[in-house]
Amino acid sequence: MLIYIARKALILLVTLAMASLAIFVTLEILPGDPALLILGIEAQDDTLAALRAQVGLDRPPTVRYLAWIGGLVSGTSGISHTYAVPVFELIGERLVVTIPLALMALVTSTLLAVPMGMLAAVRRGRWGDFGVMGFSQIGMAIPNFWFGIMAILVFAVVLGWFPAAGFPGWEAGFGVALWALVLPALSLALPEAAILARVARASVLETLGADYVRTAHAKGLTRQRVLWGHVLRNALIPMTTILGLQFAFLLAGSIVIESVFSLPGLGRLIFQAVSQRDLVVVRDVVMLLVAFVVVINFLVDIAYGVIDPRARRAG
Amino acid sequence: MGRHPGFVLGLLLTGLLGLTALISLIWTPYAYDAISVAERMQGPSAAHWLGTDQFGRDIATRLMVGARNSISVGVVAVSIGLVAGGLLGLLAAARGGWVDELVARGSDVVFAFPAIVSAILITALLGPGAVNAIIAIGIFNIPVFARVTRGAALQVWGMEYARAGLAIGKSGLGVTRDHVLPNILSVLIVQATIQFAVAILAEAALAYLGLGTQPPAPSWGRMLFDAQTLMSIDPKLAILPGLAIALAVLGLNLLGDGLRDILDPRLRTEPVG
Repeated sequence: MLIYIARKALILLVTLAMASLAIFVTLEILPGDPALLILGIEAQDDTLAALRAQVGLDRPPTVRYLAWIGGLVSGTSGISHTYAVPVFELIGERLVVTIPLALMALVTSTLLAVPMGMLAAVRRGRWGDFGVMGFSQIGMAIPNFWFGIMAILVFAVVLGWFPAAGFPGWEAGFGVALWALVLPALSLALPEAAILARVARASVLETLGADYVRTAHAKGLTRQRVLWGHVLRNALIPMTTILGLQFAFLLAGSIVIESVFSLPGLGRLIFQAVSQRDLVVVRDVVMLLVAFVVVINFLVDIAYGVIDPRARRAG
Repeated sequence: MGRHPGFVLGLLLTGLLGLTALISLIWTPYAYDAISVAERMQGPSAAHWLGTDQFGRDIATRLMVGARNSISVGVVAVSIGLVAGGLLGLLAAARGGWVDELVARGSDVVFAFPAIVSAILITALLGPGAVNAIIAIGIFNIPVFARVTRGAALQVWGMEYARAGLAIGKSGLGVTRDHVLPNILSVLIVQATIQFAVAILAEAALAYLGLGTQPPAPSWGRMLFDAQTLMSIDPKLAILPGLAIALAVLGLNLLGDGLRDILDPRLRTEPVG
């Protein structure tokens, strides 16, 4: 087990290192002189040089790369030139929007998908199954940003139940702020629920055929007890791993949805930072999103190794 | 075919999509950028089947050209992924060892970048536009195909006939060509269909963000962006392009699932295609 964890941890570190290099190199060859962008095209050569020295742009790339990684590890970040605050502070402000949004979407999609998957599996080949699988196909085909636009049209413009866009901030009151995230969270959740319902259906189907389910039936448990006590609990194991990965991708997926609803989240931040060439911000946000995916992958692998010893050998 | 209603529907929708795109090459009701201020935001009529947009441009025309745009992006992006990823996967399966490890780790790194993030980085590097959107989506497709190909190819390499091929003196390349590739072709076709749908969704999202196809060239995603500020006055502007995307993606997904059922009955898990 220790060897297995060590191997996975090594892969984790190598992947993070390669990803950080890829980010650094991409931004390095990005056209446009950051100093010129900050000071404007009329800046004098000596002020440009002074600024480059101040933010460390005059150092060789390898030094700057190592300084960046050192900063990430020690928890000190660069300063965003458009916002003039440390990048970590900026990211923190945005995460208070994006993380609740992604969590709401995750919970919603799970609450939708698990009962639907159960229903489809139990009623396999009958109308309930056709209904759920039909919903799943339609849910996967609808782009989440179009769903968001339609939700704005119906629930904000026509019915007026929700704000059409924007986020009042948590200081405006928990309920008010949460209310503003309902439509965006639903838009993120729908396609995820469509995919998850299929996964849930498949894993419930697999569990239904297991020996211990037959035993549970044989010892006289009611159908409901078997379904909720035995089948669902076991079927949830493969689903949990997928939920972990979905969360990482929901964070990234919020880039488009935050644009639709003009939410001041992480997605908006990276999008604006790219167009303003605020590269210090871009590299940290991208690295954060990538690290999220890689670390969750690592944890899933470890969990698999604990649950299923065969996974350790397959490596 | 009667047992595969999903496949038939998928084939019909995909056929319709392809036909629309083909027709748009030789004929559209109007020019896609023909502005007619007097006729703006009209409802459906004999002259404009689906009405007109905020500049009086014919929506049916713009949707037709948008279909062509979506298909071109999808075809090229999936081809990039299929060829590059397929070759890497075949190589990894045939050689094993450090080559395999390198392909696997490389895929891990690319996979760690959520698709939309790498697309934003690539368009930041190369500038927004249809071609760069294709490159961004194509790069994301490479590890997808590399993994699928490697997994399927390893299965074939485990078969006796593949090892027998080596035993009678065929090279790794020979076995790959004669045994591996023909046996994994159906898996690749199915994956390509699904990735085509993913590519259409990705292109629409990039165009919506302003990173894909640039105006005045029509793309479904950009039409949705333009519609968002106008939809309280004219909802059809926001409804029609979204419907077009959803129907195209639905068709391709149904086609992919149906093909999987037909080509490889062992993998059948879904009662609805």
